[in-house]
Amino acid sequence: MLYIKCPYCGLRAQKEFSYGGDATVKRPNINEEVSSEDWDNFVYMRKSPRGKHIELWQHIAGCRQWIKVQRDTATHEIFQTAKVTEEIR
Amino acid sequence: MQKYSVFSLIKNAFSNHQNWEVAWKDPAPKSEYDVVIIGGGGHGLATAYYLAKEHNIRNVAIIEKGWIGGGNVGRNTTIIRSNFMYDANARFNEFGMDLWRNLSQELNFNVMFSPRGIINLAHSDAQMNAYARRGNSMRLNGIDAKLLDRDEVKKLIPMADFSDEVRFPIFGGLMQPSAGTARHDAVAWGYARQADDMGVDIIQHCEVTGFDVVNGKIKGIRTSRGDIKAKKVGLCVAGSTNILAEKLNMTLPIETHVLQACVSEPVKPLLDGVVTFGAGHFYISQSDKGEMVMGGDLDGYNSYAQRGNLPTIQHVLTGGLALFPFLSRLKMLRTWGGIMDMSMDGSPIIDKTHIEGLYLNCGWCYGGFKSTPVSGWTFAHTIAQDQVHELNSELRLNRFSTGHLLDEKGLGTKTWIG
Repeated sequence: MLYIKCPYCGLRAQKEFSYGGDATVKRPNINEEVSSEDWDNFVYMRKSPRGKHIELWQHIAGCRQWIKVQRDTATHEIFQTAKVTEEIR
Repeated sequence: MQKYSVFSLIKNAFSNHQNWEVAWKDPAPKSEYDVVIIGGGGHGLATAYYLAKEHNIRNVAIIEKGWIGGGNVGRNTTIIRSNFMYDANARFNEFGMDLWRNLSQELNFNVMFSPRGIINLAHSDAQMNAYARRGNSMRLNGIDAKLLDRDEVKKLIPMADFSDEVRFPIFGGLMQPSAGTARHDAVAWGYARQADDMGVDIIQHCEVTGFDVVNGKIKGIRTSRGDIKAKKVGLCVAGSTNILAEKLNMTLPIETHVLQACVSEPVKPLLDGVVTFGAGHFYISQSDKGEMVMGGDLDGYNSYAQRGNLPTIQHVLTGGLALFPFLSRLKMLRTWGGIMDMSMDGSPIIDKTHIEGLYLNCGWCYGGFKSTPVSGWTFAHTIAQDQVHELNSELRLNRFSTGHLLDEKGLGTKTWIG
């Protein structure tokens, strides 16, 4: 069981969260001209690194906020969590 | 090569089975090969075998970081089927079914292919309609499909919960009678033995650390056991695809996730074929040893760990208990995990790349085992002829940018939901 520290609620079990994928993928700005390649990269292309990965989770059975989690994809160790508006370095 | 038969078995019994030939050698890597296949799993071994057999390319090496058959080919739940709706997937896998049917004889290795059928259960009228549609699509592609009503399902799996109290009553199901299971290790070993016999070097405990690409053309690979020159390189590394892609500065429509499976203690013969629960993600079959082999959802987050967490096992088995209440009295023997190369539309990629001489075989999600022979067959063709075969002509890498997705389940790009 993973234990994730929700920035709003504190340390909670993985079962309260649902996964939202890579948090570093940026949606193209829709008010500008967007190339097919940019859409491609946003919708389909993923680095999926082995090691540190910044990802989105939603505290679906808690405060329902989306949060950012920095986690190791090889060991499942969680290093940092943050509000979705904050940066993880 | 020593032929395996009842006579060789008797002959070797006289010497207490001490004098069997080694099934494959353990050579040191040569400095140069015509083709290097990275990944000594089922798909890599099959590719090398078909390169030698179908295309007479024998100066081939398989480079494996661990040991052959130690990855997903030894970690899957051994299900073989071709019950796909889309033409490209259906034709591809039905060609594979033909290869499976003759595989034990062809490899002179008993892969224990056992076509006992797969039943996908339906739990609503809408699901029955969807299965009727899928069954019709399958039959149009020459694949056997049978829509079963509740009574027919009850005859086949009477131990399922047919009581009135269940939350998801069984309405019926779609059956592919020719689907089945095989012994997964034997598939890897059978291909390895034949490939080795035809001159393929199987190099284990050799990690790929980099690639030599000059002017957009592959020249060779760098490994933990020295540099190896190669005219052509094929990637067959399933869950490690993204790791090697990073070394090639490629980004792929692939995410790596962990999938768990488990087996119960062995019990007497109880379940004939493969059964999938239609109201949750759970599938089950019984091995020849008697263990109930079960699996279901991904853990649901990017992972390279080859092990998962208990909440997922609990979730999957909750579905299992809803379908087969008798499972509650069985002890769990073991659980394990494998890492899946989840493609963004759920279908595989067998293609050339923008680097000349570099070929890609990935995106098998959690369904790679059934396609082992056809994947090797088509990948060998793609490498040998430097062009895709008709069978994998829709399994291209560029389908994501052109919009020709093969989204069999229509799940979108959240690969972990499937």
